[in-house]
Amino acid sequence: MVDEGTRKTLSSIPLLKTKAGPRDKELWPTRLKEEYQALIKYVQNNKEADNDWFRLESDKTGTKWFGKCWYVHNLLKYEFDLEFDIPVTYPTTAPELALPSLDGKTAKMYRGGKICLTDHFKPLWARNVPKFGIAHAMALGLGPWLAVEVPELIERGVVKYQEKSDEAK
Amino acid sequence: MANVEELKKKISELEAKLAAAQGNSGPVRQKIDVMSSEVVDSNPYSRLMALKRMGIVDNYEKIRELSVAIVGVGGVGSVTAEMLTRCGIGKLILFDYDKVELANMNRLFFQPHQAGLSKVDAAAGTLQSINPDVAIDAYNYNITTVDNFQKFCDTISTGSLTGGPVDLVLSCVDNFEARMAINTACNELNQRWFESGVSENAVSGHIQFIIPGETACFACAPPLVVASKIDEKTLKKEGVCAASLPTTMGIVAGFLVQNTLKYLLNFGNVSHYLGYSALTDFFPTMSLKPNPQCDDSYCRRRQTEFKAKPVVELATEVKEDDTPIHADNEWGISLVDENSPEEETSNLKLAEGVEVAYSIPVDNNTPETSSGGAVAASELSLEELMQQMKSM
Repeated sequence: MVDEGTRKTLSSIPLLKTKAGPRDKELWPTRLKEEYQALIKYVQNNKEADNDWFRLESDKTGTKWFGKCWYVHNLLKYEFDLEFDIPVTYPTTAPELALPSLDGKTAKMYRGGKICLTDHFKPLWARNVPKFGIAHAMALGLGPWLAVEVPELIERGVVKYQEKSDEAK
Repeated sequence: MANVEELKKKISELEAKLAAAQGNSGPVRQKIDVMSSEVVDSNPYSRLMALKRMGIVDNYEKIRELSVAIVGVGGVGSVTAEMLTRCGIGKLILFDYDKVELANMNRLFFQPHQAGLSKVDAAAGTLQSINPDVAIDAYNYNITTVDNFQKFCDTISTGSLTGGPVDLVLSCVDNFEARMAINTACNELNQRWFESGVSENAVSGHIQFIIPGETACFACAPPLVVASKIDEKTLKKEGVCAASLPTTMGIVAGFLVQNTLKYLLNFGNVSHYLGYSALTDFFPTMSLKPNPQCDDSYCRRRQTEFKAKPVVELATEVKEDDTPIHADNEWGISLVDENSPEEETSNLKLAEGVEVAYSIPVDNNTPETSSGGAVAASELSLEELMQQMKSM
């Protein structure tokens, strides 16, 4: 199942209440507010734990998200662009997080750079509809994915350190 | 000014077109107005129309009035489209947002020279040359995004040859999100559809017929899987997302189109669920009732509508007596009692060898242990929250 670290991270992210997707004209703004609140809390938690690892923002409708995530390996920071759409079936189905720059570089990916999640992700998400939001998808999906895949990508020489990735901070 | 990358792409597209054009130097099949049952070498429909003479199908030529939408033109969808094209379906509507890649060549239908083309355009070209009588519409977009979903719904509900809803939607997608999107659309539109799928380890598959309100919809239960009889622990998933075989995909496409033909042309029995386990050659079948507590409100609405409808008498021979006439029941035949109250709501009756991919707690109110608590209603506006996030 999910490892202790992830479980602990997950449990400190506030749960969401409103079951609404982007087609629910009235309730979606409420859900979106909850998403932002949970994300803000999660980033704050990360900063306090000295484990700040992503930034995200959305368009006005809250259906298109984009940002950056980074992973530190051997004291070097590797940064990747992150993007995803909120599907019409959200929050019943989780967003499909994508790192387009890594598309085609690892087998643990679907077309367009969508990350391939573990067998544990979907059941856990399904059991926690509508309480899990984008912050949970990040903690449970992208976090562990980066931890496994990035060192491997670096080792294979597919991902190389770039100086400019330092300016983000 | 186009850059080198774009020019290279353009060249490969033109090369693909040229290769396609050179391959077409042979005889070209002309359009045919009316399906003939005349048995001559030149009649592409003679063996299909023979189904009438043999008493299998009453009116085969009706297929030319029918429209089918295929969502996902990959390993299963492309073969499905080819089968229906060869059968002389009236109209096909194809949806996919992917491109043909060389990595797809372990599957049927697509050819290496089509690499780089959109799957729907490449498929439409091939299908049109196989049978120019079929009307083919191709849509190259992802149906799960907000904007495209509405276009998808509109196309399904007005896409038939007569401008009405299509006769059937076939889901040949490879992911849960797209299946749920099709399910949502079909429940709202009251559209009958078939779900199909092949497992990520390539050794099992299934088809499922969904009649909104009458049979279980895709959201009524967690996804169903055919037990592969492989110990999950021995299954190596390191380094790969999905495996695929042309065999399993071809078999599932065959099941899908066979049941599509039976439904559209009204012969035989249409399976509500048919599974396939490749390792044991095991084919479970079953019928699934909808879940009264289904998460999808349109599914629940369709269930209410279905219950309000008078029960259709299917055959004259049933309903003669309440007591069993035969003490033994060699074939395991049973009548499903339509009037019994729905008590066993949560216990899904699955055929042996089929199981749910995971369970979902019945009581949704139990909060997941979270020291972070639930989000409290913020006094800040959405814009302020967006700004706060941005400035972190």
